[in-house]
Amino acid sequence: MILWGRMRKLAFGLAPLSAALLLSGCDWAVLNPKGPIADGNSTLLVDSVAIMLVIVVPTIVATLAAAWWYRASNARAHYLPDFEYSGQLELIVWAIPLLTIMLLGGVTWIGAHDLDPAVPIVSKEEPLNIQVVSLDWKWLFIYPDQHVASVDRLVVPAGVPIRFALTSGSVMTAFFVPQLGSMIYTMNRMTTHLNLLADDPGTFRGLATQISGDGFASMHFEVVAKTAPEFYDWLGQTRATGDELTPERYIELSKQSVVPAPFTFRAVADGLFDKILDQTLPPGPGPIAETNSGAAARMGK
Amino acid sequence: MFGKLTWGAIPFDQPIPLFAGAIVIVVIVGVLAFITIKGWIPYLWSEWVTSVDHKHIGIMYVTLAAVMLIRGFIDAIMMRSQQAIAFQSQGYLPPEHYNQIFSAHGTIMIFFVAMPFVIGLMNFVLPLQLGVRDVAFPTLNSVSFWLTATGVLLVNISLVVGEFSKTGWLPFPPLSELAYSPGVGVDYYLWGVQIAGVGTLMTGVNFVTTILKIHAPGVTYMRMPVFCWTSLATNLLIVAAFPVLTATLAMLTLDRYLGFHFFTNEAGGNVMMFMNLIWIWGHPEVYILVLPAFGVFSEVVSTFSRKPLFGYRSMVMATMAICIIAYTVWLHHFFTMGAGPNVNAVFGIASMIIAVPTGVKIFNWLFTMYGGRIVYATPMLWSVGFMVTFVIGGLTGVLVAVVPADFMLHNSLFQVAHFHNVIIGGVLFGMFAGYTYWFPKAFGFRLHEGWGKAAFWCWFIGFYLAFMPLYVVGLMGMTRRMQHYDVPEWRPWLLVAELGAVTVLAGILCQVMQLVVSIRHREELRDVTGDPWMGRSLEWSTASPPPAFNFAVLPVVEDRDDYWRRQRLAERGLGPTAEPVYKAIEMPRNSPTGFICAFFASFGGFGMIWQIWWLVIVAIVGAFATFVVFAWRDRTEYEIPAEEVARIDRANRRARGEAVANAEALT
Repeated sequence: MILWGRMRKLAFGLAPLSAALLLSGCDWAVLNPKGPIADGNSTLLVDSVAIMLVIVVPTIVATLAAAWWYRASNARAHYLPDFEYSGQLELIVWAIPLLTIMLLGGVTWIGAHDLDPAVPIVSKEEPLNIQVVSLDWKWLFIYPDQHVASVDRLVVPAGVPIRFALTSGSVMTAFFVPQLGSMIYTMNRMTTHLNLLADDPGTFRGLATQISGDGFASMHFEVVAKTAPEFYDWLGQTRATGDELTPERYIELSKQSVVPAPFTFRAVADGLFDKILDQTLPPGPGPIAETNSGAAARMGK
Repeated sequence: MFGKLTWGAIPFDQPIPLFAGAIVIVVIVGVLAFITIKGWIPYLWSEWVTSVDHKHIGIMYVTLAAVMLIRGFIDAIMMRSQQAIAFQSQGYLPPEHYNQIFSAHGTIMIFFVAMPFVIGLMNFVLPLQLGVRDVAFPTLNSVSFWLTATGVLLVNISLVVGEFSKTGWLPFPPLSELAYSPGVGVDYYLWGVQIAGVGTLMTGVNFVTTILKIHAPGVTYMRMPVFCWTSLATNLLIVAAFPVLTATLAMLTLDRYLGFHFFTNEAGGNVMMFMNLIWIWGHPEVYILVLPAFGVFSEVVSTFSRKPLFGYRSMVMATMAICIIAYTVWLHHFFTMGAGPNVNAVFGIASMIIAVPTGVKIFNWLFTMYGGRIVYATPMLWSVGFMVTFVIGGLTGVLVAVVPADFMLHNSLFQVAHFHNVIIGGVLFGMFAGYTYWFPKAFGFRLHEGWGKAAFWCWFIGFYLAFMPLYVVGLMGMTRRMQHYDVPEWRPWLLVAELGAVTVLAGILCQVMQLVVSIRHREELRDVTGDPWMGRSLEWSTASPPPAFNFAVLPVVEDRDDYWRRQRLAERGLGPTAEPVYKAIEMPRNSPTGFICAFFASFGGFGMIWQIWWLVIVAIVGAFATFVVFAWRDRTEYEIPAEEVARIDRANRRARGEAVANAEALT
């Protein structure tokens, strides 16, 4: 029992240490949050690991210790050939994991509610609406209130809550910006909701996380958080250049391809997102012909 | 005439599959030629192909699993190499090939390695541990095996004829629908898995019946070895879960073949229904695989610690708790679908609750070792390696059940690392422990210890090298199934993972060497007693390899670890030693039904994949005719005369007596 106590002390010592180690790697995107949602998620992640390490580390140590000490060649170890039941031990054996899981279960319940992706972020700032459409194999970001759109680059104002409505113009995939937080699926004919916020200006990596075909690995995007004035500058520039995203242009865009570089649309036809949702604009056509040369051509780059 | 099948289906322009296919064909032709020249075909046909003996079927299952392990591993090392190379480049595998490889790897490793390995061990061990002569439905057992082999065949044909699925090991629509996957790849997946799945379902029915209804006298539920309990739980899960898989795949098949709209984008199809259905099968599947491994560890830890299993009742309770809770957790595979927080939290907590009985098991094995005299034969090494590794896998598993953490880790390489942590560290280590443990029972000689230990250390170290870096890149935000990437920070970790894969390869080579060396030195490794490990359960009370009838006289069991108890009594000169009264034994006759069914199923599946309708019709008629012929059979059993039983059993008793006398002479 003294041994147990010591091990536990050791484990309590280890947990923050390992957490610190994990966090020190600043290129570990998941543990390097740049917004409140990612911060909440990764804090829960690290805390849960710490809670579990408290029993996992002693268990591993005890396993190795027992495995070593009770080796047949160790004459000093006592042999208990009939030791197969102990009510007290059984109680402990059930109680330790049960208590741990009760604690973690509570953490999960509270966490799942606090960090529900559909719940708007409380802020003094007026939220920005962005509609996200996953296509084969690019991301279309529509700014419905600003009437512009961007492909494969998401520009947001820092410090402003972003309200995402997401759907897919093709197969199911998932939208994820590790440093801003929660991943969410995109599915045709359905809308999912996500609320994120970038604390400070910066550039983050976003990516698709559900296999969606040959161009999947190229289906990543850049998230640029700008200060408010910079964001409005960007909006102004966007409105001044590029094409208009008409339904015809959307249908062209929904064909399988990887876009070589991000680009923007100066204007977006009204209700485009809703037309994608109700399939007035049909889901992407899929592969043109399943031949290898076709696949190579579709890859573009 | 040949449906969609044309010469264009053979990838003449792609050297890798063509070369791999050529090697496979050369090996198969070579093996067949060797067998024919040696004149082994009649023997193989009568003793193996048509055998309904659970021991032979079990060995064939394990052999199949071992061969497919190599195939699946080749896929794995190709993937790791691609990711090691494809930094800011396309690597050596284009996406349409890479996507086939990760799909084939997952499909093969789950359906055609883990499943047949688990089922093979259960086949071999269960009737022996229950003290009976065969499973409840011996011919059905053979049909199950051969249908699994059909699935294997179809998946491997896809290497050279056409293509395999590119949608991952589970074909999520709409990507797997005709609109987005017009090739035959998904069809190969569907028919391969569907046919093998039917075989698995029949195995489930067979084994549940066997465990519940067929025991030697005195084998009550609470006297069954824990392996029997975990097998019971596994097969109950199979019986309840596999029909869901069958139905789900059938719906996707209807979508693809007949224009239905279960899961399509159009006409009210719904991908969310597929996700729910497939994981209602898919999550119990995880426990289907790992529970028998838990059973193996229970047997191994107890045997090599020279102690009864600690907390038997807790173990049984924990097993059955896992069996039930396994059905209440499937939604944790898609927390990111956007269900409300209540739904997510409930499924998250349910998933964590499974960690309780699992944790209890770990502690019970620990207390089984406590006060033991642990002999480090290879199976015990695998077991200790498992306990350490699995605890880590459990930690990360509970972590991804914490809903907000999963929002960050879902579909990442962290998750890939997690499930390899539990499937390699749990299932595969368990199967390797079981393989080494029961090998002498099956063949009458032990496996070489040195090579076995080398294999363990290579696998153990290789596993950590290969998957700990994947945890890290997962935390760096790398998602799974990426054919190429351009983030420099990921690369060093992926190179380490590649090194891990190479280390595992060394482990596999050690296992091959172990088998070769053991066969060559079988006389030195011979076990004449039938009990090389000082075992505790009934399988060790009969000869190695056991005679066709397993037990000359069915054992009468009075306690848990009955064989161990009797041995200790016999050592003190107590207990019955007189020869029993031998009687003639009726055993089921061999039947080619399984093989012929699978023969037609293979053509049927191939015909469906390529839409060669006449072939499908021929196959269905053929399979039905086989069934009718089998149903109308007159003689189902043959008799082994009492003299023959007596002769075989006396030889074993004599060998055991001599071995005991020799041991006493030495001390």
